[in-house]
Amino acid sequence: MRQSSIIDIISPVMAGPSSSHTAGAVRLGLLARNVYNAKPDKVTFKLYNSYALTGKGHGTDKGLLAGLLGFSVDDYRIKNVFDTEQAKQINYEFEYFEDFNRHPNAVDFVFEGGLNMTLSGASVGAGEILLTQINKFSVNLDGKYNTLLLVYEDMPGVISAVTGIIQKDNVNIASLHCDRSGKGKDASMCICVDGELSKHCLDEVSELQHMYIVRYIKKLES
Amino acid sequence: MENVITTFRQLYYVCKEQKKTIYDAALDYEVSKGEYSEYQIRMQAAKSLNAMKEAIKTGLKSTEPSPSGMSGDDCYKLQKRFKSENSILGKTAQKIMTYALATSEQNLRMGIIAACPTAGSCGIVPSVIIAYAEDNNISENDQINALITAGEVGRIVSVKMALAGAVGGCQAECGVASAMASAALTQMRGGSAKQIINAVALALKNVMGLTCDPVCGLVEIPCVKRNPFLAIHAVTSSELAMAGIISKIPPDEVVDAMEQTGQLMSPLLKESSQGGLAKTKTAIALEKNILK
Ligand code: SF4
Repeated sequence: MRQSSIIDIISPVMAGPSSSHTAGAVRLGLLARNVYNAKPDKVTFKLYNSYALTGKGHGTDKGLLAGLLGFSVDDYRIKNVFDTEQAKQINYEFEYFEDFNRHPNAVDFVFEGGLNMTLSGASVGAGEILLTQINKFSVNLDGKYNTLLLVYEDMPGVISAVTGIIQKDNVNIASLHCDRSGKGKDASMCICVDGELSKHCLDEVSELQHMYIVRYIKKLES
Repeated sequence: MENVITTFRQLYYVCKEQKKTIYDAALDYEVSKGEYSEYQIRMQAAKSLNAMKEAIKTGLKSTEPSPSGMSGDDCYKLQKRFKSENSILGKTAQKIMTYALATSEQNLRMGIIAACPTAGSCGIVPSVIIAYAEDNNISENDQINALITAGEVGRIVSVKMALAGAVGGCQAECGVASAMASAALTQMRGGSAKQIINAVALALKNVMGLTCDPVCGLVEIPCVKRNPFLAIHAVTSSELAMAGIISKIPPDEVVDAMEQTGQLMSPLLKESSQGGLAKTKTAIALEKNILK
């Protein structure tokens, strides 16, 4: 495990009051924004368990929306995000649930629009977050690495084709996570890298056959 | 590669043998790990320090209630009293208490704060550093050095124990913040590495077993008022350490004991709001009103 740094101890600068329920919520929103990467017609935030129960007092709803609008964790507008111009321009709704099969601080983002997408994630402690599900695929996105997210038709050779292209950029792969809905059906891949992927590399991956979604998700600032 | 520093003992020997201050030893070690440069760490410390000062400034002037309505005017009350009546602890201690409350109330209002080490404990380190610096003409650079010293203390504790109420109870949040603040204060007063590390051990020993039982599951009761308490606690441990008083149990063993205590504590008392203050008659009544 990565040893923590002095920086982790004396930061982040953030809107209070809770690193998991406020700052974590903003980060989840930011990550969801990067994954969806378009302007939705509507977003429904589904908050579970502790997020639902103590979310109001901790400003979890505000944090999620602020992140989705691209505000960083230390943006003073988070507190009054509902009144901002940016918020007025989108259609959103909050729903609250109790479901003990889900993480205590779980949330779903349900995007409707040109592209329908459901993202699930949780705030897993001390401002750390995890997106665990995109539509029906399990993923593993924590916002700490630049990540290439792919959804494609499952067939032999895709993983090696993609890693081969990344290799050409001379970038190290920190981790690789795959999932599929069934043999020969849709599959997903999350590749965390240590450096930056070039535009050229991303274009080349997009040109591979049977790619449905190609997203390069930049790591979140800590 | 520099010497690895994961314990207070190692930190002390690096300081002693290489004739370094704690913040220099800490910075050199961070740089040797290769993830951050000294400049990046100093910049983050400056950014956090700046946010801390802003939070105090705004918090001192505000009486806006928290979203739950349970708090928001305690700092105002304290300032009012200190206008007519001095604290028996003196002017700087007065400031420390006020600044700690100002910061944690700002945190509740969704104001901008620096988590140090956490948001719930965000008033402790800044109140001690900034109040002392103001009253003793400590330069910005020395305040940053003090904050890095505090950060190093938190970092070393975090090697053995996660700084989260859910894992170690409040000893791991406000308790560690207090040890960090006492190290920062001892640094600013010209204490030696030995005195700083002793201040840490003395402070930690006295928060052993502190529960995390927040009412209504909110970072509010007892968190807000705990900040001024533990800020003054940091001053006490710095005073003892500056007098040359030694913790008979060495700091690393104190951290081990703390970690063990955290494990032994019931989950009901670790941020789950299932026991302690959170399950009192009044807390349950508040819950009915607030978490509708
Ligand atoms: S009581 Fe719990 S929530 Fe409150 S400051 Fe302490 S550790 Fe954090």
